[in-house]
Amino acid sequence: MKIALSVNSGRHEHEVEPRLLLVQYLRDVLGLTGTHVGCETGLCGACTVMLDGVAVKSCMVLAVQANGASVQTIEGLAQGAKLDPVQEGFWERHALQCGFCTPGMIIAARALLSRSPQPSEEEIRRGLEGNLCRCTGYQHIVEAIQHAAKQTSAAEQGRAS
Amino acid sequence: MSATREAYVGRRIKRTEDPRLIQGLGQYVDDFRFADLQSVSILRSPHAHARVTSLDLSRARAAKGIIAVVSVADLDRARVGDVPCAAVLAGMKKSAHRPLATRKVRFVGEPVAAVVASSPEAARDAIDLVQVEYEPLPAAIDPEAALRPDAPLVHEELETNRAFDWSVTSGNVEAAFKSAAHVVSQRIVHQRLIPCSIEPRGAVAQYFPGDRQLTLYTSTQIPHLVRSMLAGAIGLPENHVRVVAPEVGGGFGSKLNFYAEEILLAFLAMQLAPRPVKWIESRRENFAATIHGRGQVGTIEGAVTTDGRLLGVRYRSIQDLGAYPQLLGPAIPTLTGLMACGCYKMDSILVEVTGVYTNQMSTDAYRGAGRPEATYQIERLMDIIADELRIDPIELRRRNMPHPEEFPFKTATGLTYDSGNYQQALDRALQIAGIQKLREEQRKQREQGKLIGIGLSCYAEICALGPSPAVPSGGWESATVRVEPSAKVTVLTGASPHGQGEETTFAQLAADFFGIGLEDISVKHGDTAEVQYGIGTFGSRNMALGGTAIVRAMERVLEKMKILARHLLGAPSNAAVTFSDGAFRGADKSIPFAEVAAAAHRAASIPDGFEPGLAATASFEPKNFTFPFGTHVCVVEVDRETGDVHFLRYVAVDDCGRAINPMLVDGQVHGGIAQSIGQALYEEAVYDEAGQLVTGELMDYAIPKAHQCPRFETDRTETPSDSNPLGVKGVGEAGTIGATPAIVNAVVDALEPFGVRHIDMPLKPEKIWRLMQKEGKR
Repeated sequence: MKIALSVNSGRHEHEVEPRLLLVQYLRDVLGLTGTHVGCETGLCGACTVMLDGVAVKSCMVLAVQANGASVQTIEGLAQGAKLDPVQEGFWERHALQCGFCTPGMIIAARALLSRSPQPSEEEIRRGLEGNLCRCTGYQHIVEAIQHAAKQTSAAEQGRAS
Repeated sequence: MSATREAYVGRRIKRTEDPRLIQGLGQYVDDFRFADLQSVSILRSPHAHARVTSLDLSRARAAKGIIAVVSVADLDRARVGDVPCAAVLAGMKKSAHRPLATRKVRFVGEPVAAVVASSPEAARDAIDLVQVEYEPLPAAIDPEAALRPDAPLVHEELETNRAFDWSVTSGNVEAAFKSAAHVVSQRIVHQRLIPCSIEPRGAVAQYFPGDRQLTLYTSTQIPHLVRSMLAGAIGLPENHVRVVAPEVGGGFGSKLNFYAEEILLAFLAMQLAPRPVKWIESRRENFAATIHGRGQVGTIEGAVTTDGRLLGVRYRSIQDLGAYPQLLGPAIPTLTGLMACGCYKMDSILVEVTGVYTNQMSTDAYRGAGRPEATYQIERLMDIIADELRIDPIELRRRNMPHPEEFPFKTATGLTYDSGNYQQALDRALQIAGIQKLREEQRKQREQGKLIGIGLSCYAEICALGPSPAVPSGGWESATVRVEPSAKVTVLTGASPHGQGEETTFAQLAADFFGIGLEDISVKHGDTAEVQYGIGTFGSRNMALGGTAIVRAMERVLEKMKILARHLLGAPSNAAVTFSDGAFRGADKSIPFAEVAAAAHRAASIPDGFEPGLAATASFEPKNFTFPFGTHVCVVEVDRETGDVHFLRYVAVDDCGRAINPMLVDGQVHGGIAQSIGQALYEEAVYDEAGQLVTGELMDYAIPKAHQCPRFETDRTETPSDSNPLGVKGVGEAGTIGATPAIVNAVVDALEPFGVRHIDMPLKPEKIWRLMQKEGKR
């Protein structure tokens, strides 16, 4: 089947097998290997990407389902050399160790902040329910997201004044 | 060393690894691109124990797009070696562990055949075409039952499932127990756990017959050891094998191993040369066929005086080895034995461990590796003693701890603890927790019917593994330091960090030493073609051993640079040259670090006998282990209606000696505590009676999520170790060692109104709820 979609602002058209998963399309066809596969059952969240602004597990979505959609992966998050505030937060607060869950975790965090720009700690912890990390114990991830929320609100206040 | 700018060591420095990882630019095994790559899929046993009565590969071999299908017969013909065990204890019974099953399968998930195809899907499809007939046999699952004379035999030729008996003892244990005012005893279960790194295992192999060169990319913690073992297994000279551990997505001990699949991939690459072959483990395979942890069951007994002083401790246990002893499996319970004293003095001890084969996946080193078991049982024992003797559990621990002036402290099991101030860590933890207020609050809440529990755990653990006689591979570590012509510094470490952050902490050491910026340093690891032989990453050893090796190599390079600087400054050969603020200084002149670096490579003006270039390789062999310690305090509330455990507070005071980067130390502690939470409350690898892995997926095996972890309150005391010149002890495993008993002690304390003395982990709501129903009806 033929699909056409936008990934990180680039247009792509490919002929794909109907059974091809979105994560395989991103990794194997487009070479965007920042999206990781941790379980292939939608449980670990390592493959989380943004599909039309919503965080989805790309191992649970067929590539053909993304036809006509806009996909954002970890590779498309920074604006050139400028990191996204969530990426900054993860670096600043030591929110990653082995880094394998990190791309999915960052995308999930970005989606959470889009829904709720100033989340409480409880909201952040609940919001990450679909993403597993075996290294960090999550505390620094929570702090990273709080850091990003603070940076974003400071930047917005700066713009407003 | 620079005196004018702030040192990097000791500060919360952001990791140099992170920019690539937060942008999705890290290269894990699955991320490399190869031309003409072939996919490997592995047929695994669906039975825990069965005879293989027939194995027919012909239909699979004939299928379209199938490149190769192999069974153990193909390995035998090519004289491919066994999966090795490096920890065969004295008198241990063991049979061959072939990379593919022979006439019997011995656990669910055991590799039986391998298929190579042009795509992962085609390889997976072809697995179904391999025809195997099995004659199922009764399985030995429960390790205690496996010791009975009528138990099914995992390895018939051994005539028993008993692999070994190991013991350590000192003092007169029998007399201690006879004369003791009180004897306390508790059966303890350390359930099987699944390490569950988020990146499963995986490997890519490629062989070029022209120069007989094999390369294996593999997600491992020990690339050099894998190279040695792989060379042995496939019959290539070690210097024709290159092993690369690229970005590794967590290991926790599960990648401190050498697996059948690594041998298989190398074998297939040699068969199909020069086409590369790739295997990426599925999560289901990861649960079934990557090592499990813990799996020990035993009884701990304590003989105490009326005032709670330990006269003797006895611990008899059974270690479930699984079907085959993997790389270090049999050694794990010996670490439990050696650390059985915990952080306490006692007159006598006896530890007896029996290793047992069962029809399950092998157990081996999982974060903590034997020490969580030791700490858990002694800390449960201390609480039970305190309860029975009506002594405050804090006071009881104090009475049995060695004092700071008693270090180096020789334990009843014969280890010499390097340094310690256990009272200080205990005091600090109690102070942060606000123990008096906590207890008052608990009393008030209990009056209102709330189930609040306060749990304490004091631990000492063993790290920096560790003097070579104690480690089968050798226990030293290596480093090469190069000052490049441009004065950039390259550090090659034999350690193999995979998330711990040593690219940063090793760079902190080098930046301070040479007075340069972190950005001027590149730390390389994991590629045996690039890095000198080394041991790898396990046993919280990277900084203590790898870091010290780097310091030694840097000292050699600096000495050489001083000789050249003296020459360039025109100073006499006996003149003193010092290095500070980025320059070498003679009596009246100085020359910058960068100029000496350039001159050493340009070599236009060098003193007689000076060898151009600036590189040195060094290694560090420690004289002793290090023994980190600490106190954890956990406060929980148990939900009376549901049995659910909620964390109210979690305080951890850990002493890992000198902290090179406190932010990374916190990260290690947090992650370890989270894994302890998993063991204490949620995780358990369950096989049913037939040997099927019931917890075969993340759906059934619960690793902690963000909302199940509390906010950790961490602090440190710093008692330097004298086992290495950096004074560091290691912190990679502290959390998994100190936390589990604190959590269980807290839950048991919360259930005091029900008269609960002990509960086996994991403390699932259902288990607690049932206990409350039963006890409540009394």
